[in-house]
Amino acid sequence: MSKQQLDYLDELEAEAIHILREVAGQFEKPALLFSGGKDSITLVRLAEKAFRPGKFPFPLVHIDTGHNFEETIIYRDNMIKRIGEKLIVGYVQDDIDNGRVVEQKGKNASRNQLQTVTLLNTIAKHQFDACIGGARRDEEKARAKERIFSVRDEFGQWDPKRQRPELWNIYNGKIHKGENVRVFPISNWTELDVWNYIRREKIELPTIYFAHERDVITRNGQLMAASPFLNMDDEDVVERRNVRFRTVGDMTCTAAVESYAFEIDNIIDEISASRVSERGARMDDKVSEAAMEDRKKGGYF
Amino acid sequence: MNILKFLTAGSVDDGKSTLIGRLLYDSGAILVDQLEALQRSNRKNDDGTIDLAILTDGLKAEREQGITIDVAYKYFQTDKRKFIIADTPGHIQYTRNMVTGASNAGLAIILIDARKGVIEQTIRHSFLVSLLGLPQVVVCVNKMDMVDYEEDVFNKIVSDYKSLAAKVGLKNVAYIPVSALKGDNIVHASERMPWFKGNSLLPYLETVEIPADTLTEHARFPVQWVIRPQTEELHDYRGYAGRVSSGSFRVNDKVTVLPSGFTSTISKIELLDSEPEAAISGMSVTIHLEDEIDISRGDTLVSAKNKPQVSQQIEADLCWMDTKPLDTTHTYFLQHNSKLTRCRIQEILYKVNINTLEQEFDEDFKLNDIGRIVIKTADPLAFDLYQDNKANGGAILIDSRTNVTVGALMFRANAE
Repeated sequence: MSKQQLDYLDELEAEAIHILREVAGQFEKPALLFSGGKDSITLVRLAEKAFRPGKFPFPLVHIDTGHNFEETIIYRDNMIKRIGEKLIVGYVQDDIDNGRVVEQKGKNASRNQLQTVTLLNTIAKHQFDACIGGARRDEEKARAKERIFSVRDEFGQWDPKRQRPELWNIYNGKIHKGENVRVFPISNWTELDVWNYIRREKIELPTIYFAHERDVITRNGQLMAASPFLNMDDEDVVERRNVRFRTVGDMTCTAAVESYAFEIDNIIDEISASRVSERGARMDDKVSEAAMEDRKKGGYF
Repeated sequence: MNILKFLTAGSVDDGKSTLIGRLLYDSGAILVDQLEALQRSNRKNDDGTIDLAILTDGLKAEREQGITIDVAYKYFQTDKRKFIIADTPGHIQYTRNMVTGASNAGLAIILIDARKGVIEQTIRHSFLVSLLGLPQVVVCVNKMDMVDYEEDVFNKIVSDYKSLAAKVGLKNVAYIPVSALKGDNIVHASERMPWFKGNSLLPYLETVEIPADTLTEHARFPVQWVIRPQTEELHDYRGYAGRVSSGSFRVNDKVTVLPSGFTSTISKIELLDSEPEAAISGMSVTIHLEDEIDISRGDTLVSAKNKPQVSQQIEADLCWMDTKPLDTTHTYFLQHNSKLTRCRIQEILYKVNINTLEQEFDEDFKLNDIGRIVIKTADPLAFDLYQDNKANGGAILIDSRTNVTVGALMFRANAE
């Protein structure tokens, strides 16, 4: 009675591929939410492993706040060309222009909150019944309790008290019309696992993940990229620093860390030694202890 | 390096969250900003130290009530192993959450309060761990600080637990005396219990060998998706995509397709650009067969030498997970790996009082009830008995009116 065991990266990969294939098998109109960040880039690689030489049974969907790092958009467009899959873009700017959302004001204004509306509109417009995302349970406490198949009601809301039990490797994707499921294939991965996988698979990333020189300002103890999207005043001092980004979101809410990690090996060393979690560089989580839970209930990814 | 998934069973009063918090904290898995959030949260122990339990109590309602009401997953790793903790609530009204957490775990930590010993909930937790077939159990006798670190107290509990383990059928059990609050025998060996010669909890978890819960001969491959590019150059390409749920497959192996019963030979195994000779349990791959057979999602490829049973009438243990009681007149969906069919509960044989382990005869199957039933399915299922092969012996019930997962099934016998 012997049992060979898979190495942890192989096991995580196999689990994620299994989940992606369950999405293909269970849903009519799934989509893969692609942010240009390393987690969704990892999902694309996993989808290639799940479905090649066939086409992906879903398009990629990008919710564009308009406040992007240019490098991310370049990366996105090159990647789409390489993989030959369909990309759908939902623009936050469109929802601002048609009055569905109102731009925030003041120094800490960000479009991060607004993208939830655009996401929900895009889901409704294309009638997606499942949206695959790169969220991980190690990111934050509320995420630690979310299922791999996480049902949203017709308002896009997550109800943590009414989550379905998720047993063994069996995922229940049955929903009523108007509802949809958020699916998180890399739920069980940690930040370090993602990086180790990217290294092993030699996956190319947007350049902002690696150390580079950039104009930044310090706000609330965090380094923010100086950009036309950031409301700056006389108190803000622009400095040129060597930085990199650990997550890729909207430019107004993604903080940089001082870094000299020019290669992936340096990054993995840096994360292994780091004493600040990845979401520690996200201003949006700092508002209150329950910040993420509240946003998720409202339909945020 | 491999991954160990483990479950913690115990209640708030046993200091379960504190134990997990202690494992994370002492193993260096808590990062600076998380620690800051912890200190901001203002919850302190009586002696002013940080309340480590708050690390695992994720949701607002839980923080307010000070109880764990769902399954929370926590991740940490050491040089030797990666760990995934399923932190589940211990109260009887959350039995379904514990069953959920246990379904994916390879090991269970059962917490016993040194002052209370083996109590009703210990029996319940041990029964559930046995029901879900967890191959390894560690009993942590916690709060040893409250009983002056007395060896006799520990020994008495070990001896009581041994008879319980025999009664519920748990074979591999280890015992560790700990104080999660003070950190004794969690990461470091306790100086206050020199009489204990075994490993502390973390070193134990790092090195324990989890007994295999399935035989390698039980080769099972539920087909999830058929890859057919239908392009010009790949006109005849037909690959069966799935994950080996147990056992292993090799190129040239004879396989049988169930439920149809057709037989063929594996011509190729693929994983993107690589073509491995074999696919072992847990691997997601694409399998090609020599013959063109009609195979679709929900079918299972199995070793032609070792086939599961195929039946439409199965005796199973059922854990009911919905607030609405079981309705024997209703047709439910049943999902068994990638196979979805309809089913009815034909007969309720008995229920188990999970506090006393006595069988009861009661027609009412309510939230958190567990018992033995007979199901009748619309399509034949290719299944193994749960006790022989967990990966192909469990299924869920879905209420077709609400779409909610309402029951967990563990197949125990062919009833045809």
